[in-house]
Amino acid sequence: MDLNKRYTPQTWPDHPETATLEGKNKFVGFWLLLAAETVTFASLFATYLALKDKGPSGMEFSASGLFELPLVFAMTMILLTSSLTSVYAMYHMKNHNFKAMQAWLGITVLLGLAFLGLEIYEFNHYVHLGFGYTNSAFSSAFYTLVGTHGAHVVFGLSWFIALMLRNAKRGLNMYNAPKFYLAALYWHFIDVVWVFIFTVVYLMGVIG
Amino acid sequence: MSSNSQKKGFGATIWDYLTTVDHKKIAILYLISGGFFFLVGGVEAMMIRIQLMKAGNDFLSAGTYNEVLTMHGTTMIFLAAMPILLAFMNAVSPLQIGARDVAFPFLNSLGFWLFFFGGIFLNLSWFLGGAPDAGWTNYASLALASEGHGIDFYSLGLTISGFGTLIAGINFLVTIINMRAPGMTYMRMPLFTWTTFVASALILLAFPPLTVGIFFMVFDRLFGANFFDVTMGGNTIIWEHFFWIFGHPEVYILILPAFGIFSEIFAIFSRKRLFGYTALVFATILIGFYGFMVWAHHMFTVGLGPTANAVFALATMIIAVPTGIKIFNWLLTIWGGNISFTVPMIYAVAFIPSFVAGGVTGVMQAIAPLDYQLHDSYFIVAHFHYVIVGGVVLAILAGTHLYWPKMFGTMLSEKLGKWTFWFFFIGFHLTFFIQHFLGLMGMPRRVYTFGADQGWDLFNAISSAGALLMAIGVIILLVNVVMTVVKGERVGNDPWGDGRTLEWAIPSPPPFYNFAQTPLVRGLDPYWIEKMEGNKEGMVYAEPLGDIHMPNGSFIPFVISLGMFIAAFGAMYHTDGHAWALPVLIGGLAITFGSMLVRSLKDDLGFHVTKEELIADNERIQREARALEGGKKGGLK
Repeated sequence: MDLNKRYTPQTWPDHPETATLEGKNKFVGFWLLLAAETVTFASLFATYLALKDKGPSGMEFSASGLFELPLVFAMTMILLTSSLTSVYAMYHMKNHNFKAMQAWLGITVLLGLAFLGLEIYEFNHYVHLGFGYTNSAFSSAFYTLVGTHGAHVVFGLSWFIALMLRNAKRGLNMYNAPKFYLAALYWHFIDVVWVFIFTVVYLMGVIG
Repeated sequence: MSSNSQKKGFGATIWDYLTTVDHKKIAILYLISGGFFFLVGGVEAMMIRIQLMKAGNDFLSAGTYNEVLTMHGTTMIFLAAMPILLAFMNAVSPLQIGARDVAFPFLNSLGFWLFFFGGIFLNLSWFLGGAPDAGWTNYASLALASEGHGIDFYSLGLTISGFGTLIAGINFLVTIINMRAPGMTYMRMPLFTWTTFVASALILLAFPPLTVGIFFMVFDRLFGANFFDVTMGGNTIIWEHFFWIFGHPEVYILILPAFGIFSEIFAIFSRKRLFGYTALVFATILIGFYGFMVWAHHMFTVGLGPTANAVFALATMIIAVPTGIKIFNWLLTIWGGNISFTVPMIYAVAFIPSFVAGGVTGVMQAIAPLDYQLHDSYFIVAHFHYVIVGGVVLAILAGTHLYWPKMFGTMLSEKLGKWTFWFFFIGFHLTFFIQHFLGLMGMPRRVYTFGADQGWDLFNAISSAGALLMAIGVIILLVNVVMTVVKGERVGNDPWGDGRTLEWAIPSPPPFYNFAQTPLVRGLDPYWIEKMEGNKEGMVYAEPLGDIHMPNGSFIPFVISLGMFIAAFGAMYHTDGHAWALPVLIGGLAITFGSMLVRSLKDDLGFHVTKEELIADNERIQREARALEGGKKGGLK
């Protein structure tokens, strides 16, 4: 692979992420990794459902009493929007428009940071209510499920930032295009998991 | 990047193996470390049998016995059987599909080093205050109550090595999906590659639940979480579910590659195409599929209720069907074949009745009421040793003989191999057959001794004598290995003379780029087809000779794994209130994530082997082949 080869939007392939064998391998491998991640989160969800509202006798916390939807709804909207902006970034990546891609990725990162800030605020709020990690089986399961998702957000953001800084000066080539693509794919996965968290943990929690 | 066949010093060789991304060298690393852990697990097995050879023995204390039996199971499954099978998968399956390398050479190396450091971490428990003692299944109700750090060594060690195995699984899946040579359709893939493929899919979907369960265990024991603590609202059965959702596919992860190795052996040494290739492939896929639906048959006595037990009992009966299909296909492959009883073939033939015996006692457990009687008795110990030793270990021994020439370019002694076989095979049946009856007589599993008045003395003594025979067999194998390495007689491409698949079409060991030209596959058993058509070249090629792109070696996988190894110590000693523990945890993770960042940011484009180098290398190979033929005949007499 020649890193110095210059592309124009006309010579840039339609699917740069799978135009090389390395790219194809990464593409298939990453989807398989997402399969493993899916099983991981399925296990965490199952545990959460089994341990929801379970604690030492006389525990004062329950999902319906603890969770409030407005903040979490705002977080959901922010994360969904960030998924949309990463789609715009990939649109420009496929059109070989590096500057536009970086700009949209930058917006994605900002939205991700906003989500993370709200999540930290939320956790902090619960801890101040006395709902700490070691409080009960319910609290352990809740923080482990939602916290694992949060850790994925941190990793996804770090990945985006590292790629943007590393390639800021040299633009797109066939070597880094699959990397951008996979980071965006990862971001979508994080978003999908959050949709389930919003539904299973918060909506179903508040309703009953 | 220095290329092939230069004389190197000892230090340079070590550095080469620390940084290698070549699947053939990684295979050797897996074989050596898996072999080492096999010996460690074997010593632990001998300690168990010495303790139980007579009533009221005091060779081991009750506590030590618990540690030894836990480590025996854990070591044999995670650190011996799986890595040795991964050694064969690495050595052979990329060659069988005509690939230059695996899809992710860097990750292949990372997978090995994670396994290695996880295994070392687990075994360091012996020297740092005591090994895990809650059985290899590590049930939470026992494990949470275990004092010291044994269980933490188990949890953290298996987390690290589990990541490695998951990475290896993804790597093989992508390799087989994307990197098959032209003409190598799915239904022309050798059975060993097929079983590698399905076992890798099982790894992909079975290891995450184990990782999640183990993380819960780590959080419960080290960070005050309450997943399994009933007084805090936790549920100890969650561990059992996650363990067996992983654990049952795990036994198929072990046995499917074993089936693959035996399928190759039956075809090669019967000099016949595999009977019912298509049926064998679909049976493999079906076993993989059903493997996820039977986990609760390990939990019949938990009290999940009659409906759950009935469903899982039914699924357990169903999964025996594809296995039965395979047995008949192998028998019909031998039927009417031109058989040569080499060491691998003897193992393969011995495998059939041994494994069927283990399978039958397994299907018996599908009868839930009977399982209530047999649960946690020596009958179960006999059953799973019949499938694991009679299936997996016989395959490992057979595969070692079969693929040794491809991996090392020399041939293990057939004579010593037969000695190993007879000692091991007789010892195996002597040890475990009688344990069925001990179980029926009521002897429980995992109890460190028994009384003289219980009438189990004679059968236990016989069982221990059998274990001694197995140990002698393994020692003869070691002697065989040492003698073969010292002698160093080289062999050619196809030392067994009847190789059918692509790995036998290239030199032993293959050059680091595998195939100088990608072969063109014209049917099932492609090398056999070319031989039958009298092709002197060996193969038909799909491309002209040209430059080959190869990956660079890297030290980063070692460093990533080392970081996790260090972090694990920090996490573990954090609970004891040591001031240094938290910095060690953070420092270890910083090493891991920092080196991942370096890997991500630093361009690594690999290098090219030029056409001229290939031609020169090919001349060397031809020269060596001529020298081999001019000298004494290599391979079989």
